[in-house]
Formats: sequence, C-alpha cells, structure tokens
Amino acid sequence: MNDLLWIFVSAMVINNFTLYYFLGLCPFFGVSGQLKTAFRLGLATIFVMLITSLCASFLNAFVLPHAPYLKLIAFIVVIASTVQFVEMLIRKLSPTLFRALGIFLPLITTNCAILFLALTQTSRDYSLVQGVSFALGAGSGFTLALVLMAGLRQEASLASVPEIVKGTALNMIIAGLLSLAFMGFAGLFSAV
Amino acid sequence: MTDHAVDSSRLYDEFVKGIWKENPVFVQVLGMCPMLAVTNSAVNALAMGLATAFVLIGSSVLVSLFRRLIPRQVRISTYIIIIATFVTVADFTLEAVVPTVHRELGAFISLIVVNCLILGRQEAFASRNPIHVALADAVGMAIGFAFALFCLGATREILGSGSLFGVSLFGENFEPWVIMVLPPGGFLMLGFILLFFNWVQQRRTLRPSRVSPATREAA
Repeated sequence: MNDLLWIFVSAMVINNFTLYYFLGLCPFFGVSGQLKTAFRLGLATIFVMLITSLCASFLNAFVLPHAPYLKLIAFIVVIASTVQFVEMLIRKLSPTLFRALGIFLPLITTNCAILFLALTQTSRDYSLVQGVSFALGAGSGFTLALVLMAGLRQEASLASVPEIVKGTALNMIIAGLLSLAFMGFAGLFSAV
Repeated sequence: MTDHAVDSSRLYDEFVKGIWKENPVFVQVLGMCPMLAVTNSAVNALAMGLATAFVLIGSSVLVSLFRRLIPRQVRISTYIIIIATFVTVADFTLEAVVPTVHRELGAFISLIVVNCLILGRQEAFASRNPIHVALADAVGMAIGFAFALFCLGATREILGSGSLFGVSLFGENFEPWVIMVLPPGGFLMLGFILLFFNWVQQRRTLRPSRVSPATREAA
C-alpha cells in the first residue's frame, strides 16, 4: 500500500511529468489560456493515461516478450486508438468542450507524457496495480501543472507587461518559476 | 533553363527558411519537450539533434515518396508508423554506437516519435510536395532544430557547469550556476532566448508597438 502511495505522489509532484521531465509541453502552453478548459483537458489526459497503462501492462505480459522491437509501434497504436475513442466520447457528451479543446484533443496522441508513461512503466517493471497508480499520479500531476499554469497566465494577462516579453517568452519564464517551486518537493520522501 | 533556375532557387528557399526565418524552435516553438529535457549538456543536445535530423529527413523522404498512395483518412496513423520505424532504427543505432549518450538520453530517443515538429512537417509539407523539395525542407528544418538544441545545450552547460563538451572553461574559481542544468533553467533559458529573438525581430520591423504577430500566433 505504501509502495502504491509512493509511486502516486512521486509521479504527481516530486517528478512531475511536465515541470520535471518536460513532457506534454505543447498542451501545457497551448491550452493553459483558460482555467476551465485546462482542467477538462487534464481529465481527458488522465483517462487516456489510465487506459494506456492498462493496455501497456497487457502488451508487456503477452506480446512484447516475443517481439521487443515492436514496443514503440505497439504503444503508439494503442494510444492513438484510445485518443480516437475519447474524442468520439467527448463529441457525444459535450460538444462545447469538444469545440473548446479544438486541435488539442487529437493532439493528445502526440502528448509525449503518455508515451513516456508507457515506456517508463515497462522499464521499471511495474505490475498492473502499480501501473494504474503511476498513471493516476502522472495524470494528476499533469492536470495540476496545467491548472496552476492557467491560473498564473490569467493573472499575468491582467498585469502590464512590456510588449516585447508578452507571448511565449513570458510563458516560458512563468513555467520556469513554477518548476523552481516544484523543486521544493524534491527530498519529500527521503526521511521515510 | 529558366525552369531549372526557378526550381533551384525554390529549393534554396525551402532549405534556408528552416534555419532562421521559420526556425522550428525559436519561431514556431515546436518540439519543445525533447529540446528542454536533453539540453543540459552540449553533447546530449548534439546527439539528440542528429537523431531527430535522421528521423525527420528519413520520414519526409518516405512520406513524400508515398504521398499519392496514402489514403487521407488514415494519413496521420501512417505517418506515425513511418516515424516510429525510423525512431526504432535510430534508437538501436545509438545504443550500439554511443551507449553512454544513449543511456543519458534514456526514453527521450523513443519520444522523438511524438515530436510535433516531425509530424507537423509531414502533414504540412512532405505530403504535398515532390521528393526533392521535401528533402530540402527536411534538411533545413533539421539543421535549424539541431542548431537551436546546440545553442540551448551549450549555454546551459557553460552557465550551469562551467564547461563545454565536458572541457572545463573557467578554472577552479568558477562557481557553477547549478540551476541552469536543472529543469527550471531549461524553461528560463529558452524564455531568454525567445526574448532575444523578439528583440531582434522588433528592431528589424522598426515598429516598436507590434512584436511579430506571427510569433505570438505560433505560440
């Protein structure tokens, strides 16, 4: 139990996928303009991660021992089909959200955080349950970073910033400071 | 004869635009994930740049070759599978040739598959242009990307550990600015480089009130 909790917290804050490993930066900068959209994209990503993690466990158990060179291709196909499924689901359930997410919904496929999740899970030999905990942690961490970033950007859009800094440069610097803050979590578990 | 001249000047244009005017990193802000993650030293940055270049050039040529055969509905999946194949080749090659660098780059070699720069070039360019134009574009973009990676990697290594390619530059008295090789340094450094680009662009347009709307659009 402790082990699962450790995996969860470690993936969520200590080694936050976005701010520590630099994964999923495209949606991180692309969708963090609005708080609500950011949160929902985060939820969609958690869902895709969960399914990917489950599928990766099965692939690792049954397919990949026989054909290790297919690892990348197998994972990417799983991810692409899951994303396709989520896309259909969201279009059916909430057309407004579907429009708000726009191009970033299909782009979850190329969110490197998800492929990284599957690869790391494989290289660390996680069991099915550990994998689920890892996926939940990583997804929540991504959502947390996305929501924090969206909040900061909304505040920053009200501030008077020199014209030359506005845009990507400002976002990068905000992300740098956020990442600096998350470094404070390093060593959280060293006492345990 | 004129046809030929026009053709070669177009090739040149497509080649050059990736290096500066449409630099994938500084102007289009694409492919940031691998770029920030592996640029804590110049060697890693260069290895990553070369691996990405190989994948980009290889898949652009292949996609352009098959552009009439790939059905529209499944084109993205087809591109991804072509890219994944090249990445697998690059992965195994690096593992055999430079095992230390391969270990340090870790999963990021595999993550070239989901580099939006590569998929973006296939979708926007290689699938619509004949093979020699696609090749020129891919080589230009690859050089632009590798150049940006190298800039970032070298700056971070010089500031963060006081060395370049592992060779110490400043002697013993230099106090390394450790934050620069840690994750936050990547974001901050790229922010500063983009700032510099904005500044250059602003001076060029000579209109202080409008900083290159294209840059902001791409963000």
